[in-house]
Amino acid sequence: MDFLNALVALANFVIVPALAYGSQLALGALGVTLIYGILRFSNFAHGDTMAFGTMATILATWAMQSAGISFGVLPTALLALPIGIAATGLLLLGTDRLVYKFYRVKKAKPVIFVIASLGVMFVMNGIVRFIIGVDDQQFADGERFLITARDFRTMTGLEEGLAIKTTQVITVAVAIIVVAILFWFLNKTRTGKSMRAYSDNEDLALLSGINPERVVMYTWLIVGGLATIAGVLYGLDKSFKPFTYFQLLLPIFAAAIVGGLGSPVGAIAGGFVIAFAEVTITYPLKKLLGYLLPDSLAPDGLVQLLSTDYKFAVSFVILIIVLLFRPTGLFKGKSV
Amino acid sequence: MKKLLLASVATLAASAAFADGHSPVKLGVVLGFTGPLESLAPAMAGGAELAMSEVTDSGLLLGGVTVEPVRGDSTCIDAAAATSATERLITGDGVAGIVGADCSGVTGAMLQNVALPNGVVMISPSATSPGLSTAEDNGLFFRTAPSDARQGVIIADILKEQGIESVALTYTNNDYGKGLADAFQAAFEEAGGTVTISAAHEDGKADYSAEVGALAAAGGERLVVAGYVDQGGSGIVRAALDSGAFDTFHFPDGMISQALVDNFGDEIDGSSGANPGTDSPGAQLYQEMAAAVDIDGTSPFSAEAYDAAALIMLAMQASGSADPSVYKDKVMDVANAPGEQILPGELAKALQILADGGEIDYVGASAVELIGPGESAGNYREVGFEGGELKVIGYR
Repeated sequence: MDFLNALVALANFVIVPALAYGSQLALGALGVTLIYGILRFSNFAHGDTMAFGTMATILATWAMQSAGISFGVLPTALLALPIGIAATGLLLLGTDRLVYKFYRVKKAKPVIFVIASLGVMFVMNGIVRFIIGVDDQQFADGERFLITARDFRTMTGLEEGLAIKTTQVITVAVAIIVVAILFWFLNKTRTGKSMRAYSDNEDLALLSGINPERVVMYTWLIVGGLATIAGVLYGLDKSFKPFTYFQLLLPIFAAAIVGGLGSPVGAIAGGFVIAFAEVTITYPLKKLLGYLLPDSLAPDGLVQLLSTDYKFAVSFVILIIVLLFRPTGLFKGKSV
Repeated sequence: MKKLLLASVATLAASAAFADGHSPVKLGVVLGFTGPLESLAPAMAGGAELAMSEVTDSGLLLGGVTVEPVRGDSTCIDAAAATSATERLITGDGVAGIVGADCSGVTGAMLQNVALPNGVVMISPSATSPGLSTAEDNGLFFRTAPSDARQGVIIADILKEQGIESVALTYTNNDYGKGLADAFQAAFEEAGGTVTISAAHEDGKADYSAEVGALAAAGGERLVVAGYVDQGGSGIVRAALDSGAFDTFHFPDGMISQALVDNFGDEIDGSSGANPGTDSPGAQLYQEMAAAVDIDGTSPFSAEAYDAAALIMLAMQASGSADPSVYKDKVMDVANAPGEQILPGELAKALQILADGGEIDYVGASAVELIGPGESAGNYREVGFEGGELKVIGYR
């Protein structure tokens, strides 16, 4: 029984939240890594692209809700997703035409793209705040919990509760589906293959007749989709606030770099490494040991490896270690 | 050419003479118009400016000078921005006193870097860090908000009376959160309670499951959230509720607002809270006055801002000078007994009494009583949550 309690406590406070957070980071990191691989620059505007996509989805969700459309037990926002993705895709294609194309034609250095994306970031930042405001927005509806901590306790008779939110399940499920589609697309379809060819060697790809503008267009559309989905899933699970999305940029980049910039598998692995590192290393073992050890040995203190203040330090220490020993990341991306 | 010169000299002389008699007194209003407290700043600035227009309309201050507010943005978190905004107000606009700032960290920075070297009086309506009680201020710094050392004792009292013996504690990682958390922990442990863990959280972060995991593992009957409702505080509460880690909370002043009830509804039933507030007749009067000019007088620290501005102007009147180095000595006198009690809306009467050489005891909108190093003694409103609504339980 005590062993089960320990397991449930661990699942409730470490495994379930870290899985959901990891999936959100992984989807975000996939977008960053695609742009890095194919367009060859670090897109600082990614966090705000996510914010824009989520905002568009929220507006569509509100329109649907007022029109009486709902998705049963699932959040209405899932129905509104395609609209959000379309809006974000248009925005990204627009910025590409207005900003990045100019530099691409001039064959500008990557660092110039990075700085340009910084400018784009501030503009998107402003657009989102201008349209929806700076405040928190809650847009999750439908059933909130698959199982609440209290129900779990009465059901199993255990002391510890396990809460699983609908949004957490949706997050993990959608992430799996999206990643599967993305890999199928990149590996099996003609467009996907041309994107990979363009990423591997631009000159050879051009020689074999691949149209670079098409590749760029598809990349932005996919990135728009990924960013919107990641943003909406995050917003459903927590809440939407433009400032938080801007701050998400840091863990997302950490995830992409740990996994290996340019490598889709790496982005996913990196997302989970960062999420689990943040949650696990700062988790106090007091309760667990209290259940697992005999009473006489149960600890008085918290048995916490590091205070939660240091959780960001943890992800960056991992980042530094990876860069020192494997500069290309866990999954052989491009070196930074 | 001669004529032109003559004319300009005449104009200059005339405007200088005019300035002597009636040049307006400028007061700075330095609040976080952008940043984590941007939702509170408008009602606070409105309160301060309401007091200034009341005094201007009376025409009684220092023989009829007018008072002009000049706004500056403290940003609440960026000490460099707040310092340069204040620098500009003092050296550029020549303000004779400052209402502000709102957040403790920037207030300390403004005081040390600008107000102190330039000798300008600052009265903050909402900086509550205990650290400011002992800050070097040459008698220039006051606050109409109580120190959090007092709030720490209030929270400990409330929890003790409700029979709570052990709590987990999380605070926003800045001067306000840390100061309040330390004050509360000291008071609660002195009263025999246990704080199982005191963990900081950063505002505006993506995920709080690590913090909530740590808080839950440490355990406790209630979670004290010394944070901001617009920021990480709500994120912590959301995650704690969702994971079933805590059912009830205690909310200090940074968390109490309509947004808290809107966000969580009946999920936080049974929780407790307290924020500065008073049931004195002044509070009611002020709310009516504020409503008449479209300001939300119930918004946190709006009343304190009105009082801060009023105190500066009353002290000027009492000392007969708009020079901060002169009127700073009168701030405590006008705020406290003895003298005629002054409620909001009675500033004209107060100015008249002072002009006639009498004494006043400014009560104002927040029942001002300045103690020790020039800070409010502190009246708190205790609230509870029932059926998804905030209920006022009493005042202490």
